[in-house]
Amino acid sequence: MKHADVIVVGGGHAGVEAAAAAARAGARVVLATFSAETIGVMSCNPAIGGVGKGHLVREIDALDGVMGRAADAAAIQYRLLNRSKGHAVQGPRVQADRSLYRQAVGAALFAYPDLEIVAGEVVDLRMAEGAVAGVQLRDGSEIAARSVVLTNGTFLHGRMFVGDQQEVGGRTGDRASVRLADRLRDILRIGGRLKTGTPPRLDGRTIAWDRLARQESDDLPTFMSFLTSFLAQRQIACGITHTNPQTHDIVRENLHRSAMYGGQIEGVGPRYCPSIEDKIVRFADKDGHQIFLEPEGLETHLVYPNGLSTSLPADVQLAYLQSIVGLERVDVAQWGYAVEYDFFDPRGLDTDLQSLEIPGLFLAGQINGTTGYEEAAGQGLVAGSAAAGVPLALNRGNAYIGVMIDDLTTRGVTEPYRMFTSRAEYRLSLRADNADQRLTGLGRDAGVVRDERWSSYADKADALARARGLLDSTVASVESLRAAGLPVPRDGRARSATEFLGGRESAESDSVALVPGLAEFPPDIRQQVGIDALYAPYIARQKSEVDEVERNTARRIPADFSYDDVSGLSHELKEKLTRTRPSSLAQAQRIMGMTPAGLVAIIAALSRLPAKAA
Amino acid sequence: MDTIFAPATAAGRAGVAIIRLSGPQAFDAARELGARLTVPRVLERVVLRSGERHLDDGLAVGFPGPHSYTGEDCVELHVHGGRATLQALLAVLATVPGLRMAEPGEFTRRAFVNDKLSVDRVEGLIDLIDAETEAQRLQAVRQMSGVLSRQSAVWRDGLLHALALLEATIDFSDEDLPAGIIEEVAVRLQVLRDGLSGHLKGLAAAQAVRDGFQVAIIGAPNLGKSTLLNAISRRDVALTSDVPGTTRDVIEVRVDLKGLPVLFLDTAGLRDADDPVEALGVARGIARAREADLRILLVSDPDMAGAADDRTICRVAMSDRVDAGAHTGVSGLTGAGVEELLDEVWQRLSDRAAEAGLIVQERHRVAVMEAFGCLGRAHDGLISNRSVDVVCEDIRLAGRSLQSLTGEVDVEDVLGAIFSRFCIGK
Repeated sequence: MKHADVIVVGGGHAGVEAAAAAARAGARVVLATFSAETIGVMSCNPAIGGVGKGHLVREIDALDGVMGRAADAAAIQYRLLNRSKGHAVQGPRVQADRSLYRQAVGAALFAYPDLEIVAGEVVDLRMAEGAVAGVQLRDGSEIAARSVVLTNGTFLHGRMFVGDQQEVGGRTGDRASVRLADRLRDILRIGGRLKTGTPPRLDGRTIAWDRLARQESDDLPTFMSFLTSFLAQRQIACGITHTNPQTHDIVRENLHRSAMYGGQIEGVGPRYCPSIEDKIVRFADKDGHQIFLEPEGLETHLVYPNGLSTSLPADVQLAYLQSIVGLERVDVAQWGYAVEYDFFDPRGLDTDLQSLEIPGLFLAGQINGTTGYEEAAGQGLVAGSAAAGVPLALNRGNAYIGVMIDDLTTRGVTEPYRMFTSRAEYRLSLRADNADQRLTGLGRDAGVVRDERWSSYADKADALARARGLLDSTVASVESLRAAGLPVPRDGRARSATEFLGGRESAESDSVALVPGLAEFPPDIRQQVGIDALYAPYIARQKSEVDEVERNTARRIPADFSYDDVSGLSHELKEKLTRTRPSSLAQAQRIMGMTPAGLVAIIAALSRLPAKAA
Repeated sequence: MDTIFAPATAAGRAGVAIIRLSGPQAFDAARELGARLTVPRVLERVVLRSGERHLDDGLAVGFPGPHSYTGEDCVELHVHGGRATLQALLAVLATVPGLRMAEPGEFTRRAFVNDKLSVDRVEGLIDLIDAETEAQRLQAVRQMSGVLSRQSAVWRDGLLHALALLEATIDFSDEDLPAGIIEEVAVRLQVLRDGLSGHLKGLAAAQAVRDGFQVAIIGAPNLGKSTLLNAISRRDVALTSDVPGTTRDVIEVRVDLKGLPVLFLDTAGLRDADDPVEALGVARGIARAREADLRILLVSDPDMAGAADDRTICRVAMSDRVDAGAHTGVSGLTGAGVEELLDEVWQRLSDRAAEAGLIVQERHRVAVMEAFGCLGRAHDGLISNRSVDVVCEDIRLAGRSLQSLTGEVDVEDVLGAIFSRFCIGK
């Protein structure tokens, strides 16, 4: 029998980061997947990052993960979203060439000597004494390991729908892992069924590009990885078009033939990524919806019409597509479809994404009810690292990944979970630009950050410290402010340059005007120091809140803590708490329906515990 | 969890006293004493005994949790209100294992912990128990009914809506959102801010109702201010003599003026004092008079009686030599004009009391002021084109401040508000 430390099941974005993180943490890793060819495939839209999602990619990158560098290697269009809305909410995004992305991921995994890829279907878990002990493959062979990370998301009891036709499967052309899903349904708590839609894929040669508005790549690309410093690929533009009343009529007349509206699909779809059917039903008064036409790569003619996901039959898809400006003669390479799948209730996991029921079993990605490559990858990194014995201490105060895992494990999922910046209370601290300052040191201490990144980061951190020291030690005197052409504060009080720049939107340019010595630093350091100074006062104000999060996270709730004995908790809350088993007060606080009074009751009960123990 | 007990009525001689029990053993303990408690929430006769010892004849009623004041099992024993009877019963209860005397406020604390009362309602309850006058009682009852919670919920909705609009421009910036969102948010924030400010304006009146209106009697020495105070309080509280400057400090008298709680202050006479102790008294008197809700200014000369403003009532100090009539003059010695003066004081203070808002406690004021400040910064930020991320932070902080009055502004609520309004998603 083959032996490993960690087995990762599934080669999607969660599986890739899980396997790579476990390998970086020093584990011998087996990544088991249907087919080695599909590792790192972007099964939905050909883009990585965006608002909130870009933050996740930066954090994965700061922890030396795969996604950021693979995205840069395959990027054919860079756009920094929300450029004018403040650094905290700016989201770097790329459109990636599908094939280049897959190659980059494959190459990244290949670089880990202790990571072996096994092509085969995992059909069962091996158990020993209530804990996981390995997996069994379809051919009967077994692999032993003390940890198993399941990342086989869309494939669990997957069913695909094109209109009234349906078939069993995950992505187009892939099988669904029915046996494993059945087995998991026995041992884990099912969360429900979710659905997601995909749009038809178009032949770009049949699109009238010259009739469409275009969206170009940014002049100055904002890279996804902290380690990237130059463009890897030629940059392309996307097309923009709109649906119109005629499109809407076609969809409306055929609603009864849609899988989602015809009743075949029972799962819950995301509100923020509605199918074209959803859009037309729910927003009947709108007579046009924006569609982005995104080329899928440099060497392919395939185009992804972002905004047109559907489960209507093929003939309806073609009819409504051809009613749209620029698509009058379009050919469809692959019909849009909806896929429906199981997920497991993530409230059955701890903050390392380990099952509360079965020690050694970790779940990451869409299997936990999330949607999106970035969300999956972030979970994969945390689960893989913990499976290798290196838990990462991510929480709401230090990472979007921490926000996501806290949301999932305390609140569960009612629709596919996607990251938004508004989910992060402390988003002024959790910026894409400072992900390395937040996490690379933490990752290095845990052992998942390799030397190359560490030395690059250490150089940057050193330069930042020197530049900050310069700002701290420079006095923003009346004379120097006047000389720099900056406004003099009315109180005339002497203050440091750092203090003067705090909260100023123009902190970056002001800092150079005020402190000439900064000119010796490279532009990225100057920029970073400026951004940090701008947000410093807000972050100081948030500090007491963040401290409270840390304090409440530090107040552990024993796994065997009995909520039945806590008076002052409603029956409903007791049940929720018993099921979720929050590991800390911070987690208990976040449980849906938690009342301040209930929290007080738990604190009181916890404070009585040591006395009992003694 | 202990079962607690305590007399629910005030100590001392009374016709009836009530002992309240709350906790898992409340029913058992009461039954041990002889109560039957067969039907919930119905008073039944009981002969209270401890073994062979006859304690009292009374009534008993049981409230099984969670339908009780504290949310736990509760029992009330209605007994005769003598000191000895109460002591005997309490002593017997104290010997039951698992039972103990309640700490001050413990019943209400348990009600709060069991989600029976929100914080602002608890505060209202405390005020109600402390209420001495009709105006105080009305204000406390209003607060206890949860009116502030409801107002907070309205504010919270407003904040939520503004925040959702703004968050949509951040998290869904790639969508074709309608134009004019920023302008709409700016208007909404201004409306919210005006709402908060209106309630803050009523705070002084509400606090005055709660803590008592301060009415300072001021004027030159030896005009009979202390005598007037004595007449008002009908008690000899202030030392009076014919020597100018006798009142060296501020003397207070609490009065229930037809339902309004009023604190009359007798200040040291306004003059340049040679005696340093008296000078200190004068300074203190001036400070208190300045802060007072209303001032009664005594003057010696009828020609000076026009010096009043909207917070000052001017009266001529009447004496053997001066008679100004009951509506312009007053004399503490003869009682002439005192009723008329008090009528006017009551009229002025009633008008003030009518302005009282929902914000009563200092805690409310701090929270609402903070929210008010944050909303101001957010509004100014929007108008002056500051980055939206920072503006959202100020709105978030405003929400957090109001959180202490109400529930949380939850991110799921924000997302829900976004999705119900916009068609989002590509």
